[in-house]
Amino acid sequence: MKQIWVITKRELQSFFDSLTAYIMLIAFLGFSGFFTWLFGSDIFFIKQASLQSFFGVAYWTLFFFIPALTMRQFAEENKTGTIELLLTRPVNDWQVVFGKFLATLLLIVIALLFTIPYYITVASLGNVDHGAVILGYFGLILMSAAYISIGIFTSSISNNQIIGFLLALAIGILFQFLFSFIAGGTSGIISEILYYLSISTHFESISRGVIDSRDLIYFFSLIFLGLVSTEAVLQKNRN
Amino acid sequence: MDIVVKNLTKVYGNQRAVDDVSFRVKTGEVLGFLGPNGAGKTTTMKAITTYLNPTAGEIFVGDYSIHEHPEEIKKRIGYLPESNPLYQEMPIIDYLKFVARLQNIDSSKIEDKIREMVDVCGLEGEKHKKISELSKGYRQRVGLAQALIHDPDVLILDEPTSGLDPNQIVEIRELIKKIGREKTVILSSHILAEVEATCDRIMIINKGKIVADGTSEELRKHAQGNEILRIRIEEAPPDDIFEKLRTIDTVDLVDFINKEENTFEVHSKKEMSSRKQIFNLCVENHWILTEMSPIETKLEDIFRELTLS
Repeated sequence: MKQIWVITKRELQSFFDSLTAYIMLIAFLGFSGFFTWLFGSDIFFIKQASLQSFFGVAYWTLFFFIPALTMRQFAEENKTGTIELLLTRPVNDWQVVFGKFLATLLLIVIALLFTIPYYITVASLGNVDHGAVILGYFGLILMSAAYISIGIFTSSISNNQIIGFLLALAIGILFQFLFSFIAGGTSGIISEILYYLSISTHFESISRGVIDSRDLIYFFSLIFLGLVSTEAVLQKNRN
Repeated sequence: MDIVVKNLTKVYGNQRAVDDVSFRVKTGEVLGFLGPNGAGKTTTMKAITTYLNPTAGEIFVGDYSIHEHPEEIKKRIGYLPESNPLYQEMPIIDYLKFVARLQNIDSSKIEDKIREMVDVCGLEGEKHKKISELSKGYRQRVGLAQALIHDPDVLILDEPTSGLDPNQIVEIRELIKKIGREKTVILSSHILAEVEATCDRIMIINKGKIVADGTSEELRKHAQGNEILRIRIEEAPPDDIFEKLRTIDTVDLVDFINKEENTFEVHSKKEMSSRKQIFNLCVENHWILTEMSPIETKLEDIFRELTLS
């Protein structure tokens, strides 16, 4: 446990040292703030004291930002060779993978914490469904965790950050809308499976304020799959 | 802590990078791994550090097997990889702190350990810099510091002096020698003088196989076989000397090195020495013998002979 935290702390530090963290925070708050308060179907347009519009924007912004955060996590270490020194320390592959995963997740949580003023403002404007807001945040965190584990996996397979980024986006697009898009054009069992595979299905159901074990199982299996695949890549590189 | 390598084999595709290699390194021994590029030095070292899984074979570090207790080995090993990879964006002290924590050094001792490493590795003047701002020599020192910080029993150093200037090379060699007294050290190099200067034992590896193993004297003796002498005799006709040298019964072959200077190369027969006879010959003929020195086979020659075949 301690080892995981040591790795997480270094990764977080490196996000802040390389300015990635600041750029991400500013861009995320800028985008989400702009679309929540000023433009398009913002809060004043829909005339409801709800954070639905914010969640909708955050859902897309995070989808694009997360691969940019995760792309270097393993690719850079593979390229410079530091991965070799890391894996010959008294840590196992799991601790390395999980430590890196946790660092990016924490950065996302920090970004989401900065949006709490949105919540306070909306709450002062009218009656807010507090449960829906909390679950909305929870949904964003789950969805981020899933994309982080995918991003970490694609970062681990090569020493090229761009490949890591593009591959993570490509896989992400499937879950983000392609599955549900195709599902709309099919019917029967295929359509159901594709709907189930789509992140949006589960994100919407959680952010509506309903928590269902099926949604949790979905997210946790996606996270698990990403992390296990990363671990498998690390193992394979040793052969 | 001894290192025992048993029948280590590592296959990449259809190339055998390491082919059934077995050896043992004892505590307090500094083993020099010598070989041309791609001979399998780095692969063997990576297998010992548990970073690479061997195709076949077993390695023990102390009582721990790389297959069963890699975590225990990792605690006791200090490793400096060939390219000396470091986190460029980190300041030296932060990096060493990170390494110390990963190595499970007691947090109350971390400060002292870092101070000790800065001192031992000569990083005092640079310690507040980022790693990316350091020269190659200082980076190499940081690489050594990270390998030594947890006081490991075993040190694996892959080309520790590459890219250093001659002064730094001498310093690093001294450091390795000092450390090597209590620890088990394996270092690789393709600089022969370096291995000769720092190592107790030399192992030459070529195409994945061990082709020679021993101290530098043993290797020389083994490769040399026959005695070769360089002699110089003054105040005598060279042809006369040549003829008479050939009549000595222990002499196999005589050759002129320089006819003007009367220098000759005398090869003795197998396991025989001609020194006494040559001296006596000079005394009998009242020649003045001004030089008689053995021509040693250089380590370079042994290396070339063993690795070019």
